[in-house]
Amino acid sequence: MEKFTVLNGLVAPLDRANVDTDAVIPKQFLTSIKRTGYGENLFDAWRYLDAGRPGMDNAKRPLNPDFVLNQPRYKGAEILLARKNFGCGSSREHAPWALQQYGFKCLIAPSFADIFYENCFKNGLLPVVLTQAEVDGLFYDSALPGFRLVVDLERQTVSTTDGSKRHRFEVDPSRRHSLLNGLDEIGATLRHADKIRAFEARRRDQFPWLFR
Amino acid sequence: MHSQNRMGRTLYDKLWDSHVVHADADGAALLYIDRHLVHEVTSPQAFEGLKLAGRKPWRMSSVVATADHNTPTTGWERGIAGIEDPTSRLQVETLDANMKEHRAKAYFPFLDKRQGIVHVIGPEQGATLPGMTVVCGDSHTSTHGAFGCLAHGIGTSEVEHVLATQCLVAKKMKNMRVLVEGALGRGVTAKDVALAVIGRVGTAGGTGCAIEFAGSAIRGLSLEGRMTLCNMAIEAGARAGMVAVDDTTIQYLKGRPFSPAGPEWEQALITWRMLRSDPDAKFDREVRLGAQDIAPQVTWGTSPEMVLPVEASVPDPDQEKDPTRREGMERALAYMGLKPRTPIQDIRLDKVFIGSCTNSRIEDLRAAAAVAKGRKVAANVRLAMVVPGSGLVKAQAEKEGLDKVFRASGFEWREPGCSMCLAMNADRLEPGERCASTSNRNFEGRQGTGGRTHLVSPAMAAAAAIAGHFVDVRSWR
Ligand code: SF4
Repeated sequence: MEKFTVLNGLVAPLDRANVDTDAVIPKQFLTSIKRTGYGENLFDAWRYLDAGRPGMDNAKRPLNPDFVLNQPRYKGAEILLARKNFGCGSSREHAPWALQQYGFKCLIAPSFADIFYENCFKNGLLPVVLTQAEVDGLFYDSALPGFRLVVDLERQTVSTTDGSKRHRFEVDPSRRHSLLNGLDEIGATLRHADKIRAFEARRRDQFPWLFR
Repeated sequence: MHSQNRMGRTLYDKLWDSHVVHADADGAALLYIDRHLVHEVTSPQAFEGLKLAGRKPWRMSSVVATADHNTPTTGWERGIAGIEDPTSRLQVETLDANMKEHRAKAYFPFLDKRQGIVHVIGPEQGATLPGMTVVCGDSHTSTHGAFGCLAHGIGTSEVEHVLATQCLVAKKMKNMRVLVEGALGRGVTAKDVALAVIGRVGTAGGTGCAIEFAGSAIRGLSLEGRMTLCNMAIEAGARAGMVAVDDTTIQYLKGRPFSPAGPEWEQALITWRMLRSDPDAKFDREVRLGAQDIAPQVTWGTSPEMVLPVEASVPDPDQEKDPTRREGMERALAYMGLKPRTPIQDIRLDKVFIGSCTNSRIEDLRAAAAVAKGRKVAANVRLAMVVPGSGLVKAQAEKEGLDKVFRASGFEWREPGCSMCLAMNADRLEPGERCASTSNRNFEGRQGTGGRTHLVSPAMAAAAAIAGHFVDVRSWR
């Protein structure tokens, strides 16, 4: 997993509450055998004017000009500013996959749905919870073209590039540690690789038939 | 290792203790995984994830793989083209490619003579052995606990985690024991015990627990029967079910392709014999059933806990005082198209499915054939199908002439796979169709959108096919 330390990224505001996982990535795109390729169908129903199905050439589909992410000024955005209860709905990991593959590295909202919040960390996407008032303020600021934010995970702060605003956020120490060091759960387990190997060697001696 | 004077341990305690590689202060542990069963639906993203992260599988010799969920039960002569749905075909082909790239201990691809439902072929090959930890990206992995194993289902992220680290991050569950003492009546099977247990404790009754099935009735079951029982532990809410090792377990394993042999067999027996709960072991929860009280069971609703003895009648929601339960019953009856107080034996069927990892082993097929022999499927039953659990079960059944018995009675004799258990391939119920099924889930839409499923044992399913409605197989002459 990629490390997350400090991100200075363009901000895209998505001004809707209760964005559910079905909106993030509609269910018809889940039959895929891949973990990748979901980025083009992120927010599919809002982003395109036609009905999306797997296997379509998305480059040829009509874009919805009113959808925020389709505006040229948000091209390349890495921070999604969202409203409360973002990511509600199912436990599918496809939702964080789609956000990440679109290019987002950090989500900022007043609250996230539980399982979605967990799944973000499992996949190296940082969900930041700020207060309602702080998020309101950032939505206001984001009207400014080229509005960027600096997210510093080490210090646990979100600030404007000119330093005029600085908000602190909380994150679990173990999760923070994993993200800072680029350790996913597998990475974290592999820190015990020597222990696993030693255990395995003992087991092989004791029960050789399990290793045939 | 534990000191001698320690309190007695349960079978689950022993299996857990012997696999902990590392334990965190917060109770999360790394459990070493001995056997990883892999199938086509939950593995592609895990293999892709490994590749993207630049990781290699830790120990592919722990992996036994097969394609089962998507494979068709007819038209095998057409080869891979016989899988009509392109996404299904791609999943099967992706497993092929992954198995070509990473060599597993064993891979039984689509069309192989030994291919079959992952939970049928593991034990059949001796790839599931006592004392193991067994995982698979499928909730019915609990099946393997029948061999004195710790076996549980895992999700796609965990499949990748086990591939990469040979470990699972787990928290210890509670110990629950289901004791069934006495002798089962004629025509009463492990499936009926499983359904009766779920009827008693409910589908959340085992949540957070590992269930050990014990008592003389369980010891009297064959390994096939124990697998049926452990298979349905998950329907009682438990992630794992298990049965202690005894002579029946050892007899079953002797001479299987992957069972130890020679001096290792003798060595294995010594450790396997210790795989049972100590007499003074403590269980957090215990449930007792009398074997003689268990009648053949039939589910009437859309959850396995909505189950009744065959001589009963569909319940009346008006008699239910709890409003949430009443509402649940009303919704289930509406979906199932049933009127309150209808005798179970008056329920007429459109289809009959004998198969799935619950009931598709040779013993199940023998029981169904014994009931069907010399009789014809009723006119109102549009389709009665038998889907053996594996190619080897199919071959054995054919050697015994069971296929002829079924065909002569009007059953279709199909190729192995999951089939209409989850209707991911072409086998499914049409909206409103009613089916007697030997599978494990009667959820809305499980066997096809709008389909209505009644869970029963193989003998009960066969009898229902012949009669056209449910009958008490105990009175079958
Ligand atoms: S037979 Fe049914 S329950 Fe068993 S593995 Fe296949 S789909 Fe799952």
